[in-house]
Amino acid sequence: MSIRISSVTVDQIWAALQAVKDPEIPVVSVVEMGIVREVDVTDEGAVVVKMTPTFSGCPALHVIQREIKTAVSDLGVGDVTVDTILAPAWTTDWISDAGREKLKAFGLAPPPQHGGNLTITFFDVATCPYCDSTNTTIKNTFGPTLCRAIYYCHDCREPFEQFKSL
Amino acid sequence: MTEPDPHLKEAPAEATAKAIAQTLLAWADDELILAHRNSEWTGHAPILEEDIAFSNIAQDELGHANIWYGLYQDLTGAEPDKLVFFRDVDAYRCVQLVELPKGDWAFSMVRQYLFDAVEQVRLNALLASEYQPLADAAAKMRPEEMYHYRHTTTWLQRLGLGTAESNRRCQEALDQLWPYALQLFARQPWEEQLIVAGFLPDTASLQADWETIVRAFLATVDLQVPNVNRPPGQSREQHSRYLPELLADLQEVARLDPDARW
Repeated sequence: MSIRISSVTVDQIWAALQAVKDPEIPVVSVVEMGIVREVDVTDEGAVVVKMTPTFSGCPALHVIQREIKTAVSDLGVGDVTVDTILAPAWTTDWISDAGREKLKAFGLAPPPQHGGNLTITFFDVATCPYCDSTNTTIKNTFGPTLCRAIYYCHDCREPFEQFKSL
Repeated sequence: MTEPDPHLKEAPAEATAKAIAQTLLAWADDELILAHRNSEWTGHAPILEEDIAFSNIAQDELGHANIWYGLYQDLTGAEPDKLVFFRDVDAYRCVQLVELPKGDWAFSMVRQYLFDAVEQVRLNALLASEYQPLADAAAKMRPEEMYHYRHTTTWLQRLGLGTAESNRRCQEALDQLWPYALQLFARQPWEEQLIVAGFLPDTASLQADWETIVRAFLATVDLQVPNVNRPPGQSREQHSRYLPELLADLQEVARLDPDARW
């Protein structure tokens, strides 16, 4: 088998990865989520993508890894490696502005920015993604997936979920 | 194939690597078995919200087990799935605290609280580990553990300060679990050199930090720490009679067809 020499650029790979979504939040890409940390193309045309897990126990991790590999392979790259790295630890602060907008449109309140000083209290205010009210109450700090908490909005009287700060 | 970790300043000497691996396996087994015990509440917790919350906590602990097994794999080459599903009881290194049956709700909450508090002090201390992969893993897990700690402290407030019945059940659980929790601070023979090298925090000072936090908190929720200062066993090679049954359950499907592919 001959090794295919790829002429793919780093920018093309980043663009292709925009199509890879987190299976649990299928509107936001792995790039917008801040999961993809680094993309390298070696002199031989091999591609190395470094990704980092969101929550440690996230069951979507292997699916995401596989889909990143497929997306890069589909650009005609024969040699693709997807490495998982732990450091620096992923934080919700890395979710891009575009990603936050999409989360909100999906009905998930975006996580507040904490600038590395994460504190967890019972008085955290979440903004309702439906009516923008902050007259909300936390119902459960744990939700249907590891990354979600459940809130209730007293203005539009809808329960909603927030992406938990990490 | 695992590439050398770029964060590792210097690869540890072989004997050191072997010692670190033993500790990693012990921690991974603790998290795995506790996750399994907690998952036994899925579908059976007292209320739906709590069913969701405690199942999440179980899943987090499984994720943390996976991180420790992953670091173990980096040092030894052993595959996590093989370790979990095809190791026999004798080769497990968990403490007996996590093996005990889930008991009633108070029992599971007190156990999780004691364990969460250990993780608080241990992960904090590990941030300064001279073995960079340990410091990185601690930084990853710590924010997730903050959610656990808040959850279990809240439950202990509710139960400890709730009714006479809820307090009684918590106190009984604490009396039974306290000595088992102390085993988490039993210094294993291979750990001496790791503590000296700054790879691991000193177990005695960890225990002191843990007791300071836990004793202060338990006093605020009307629970008395029993007057015991020794664990029932020190060695992680001794297991309770409950582990074989747990493993039979955990490993049953994988062992039916060891070559099955997902």
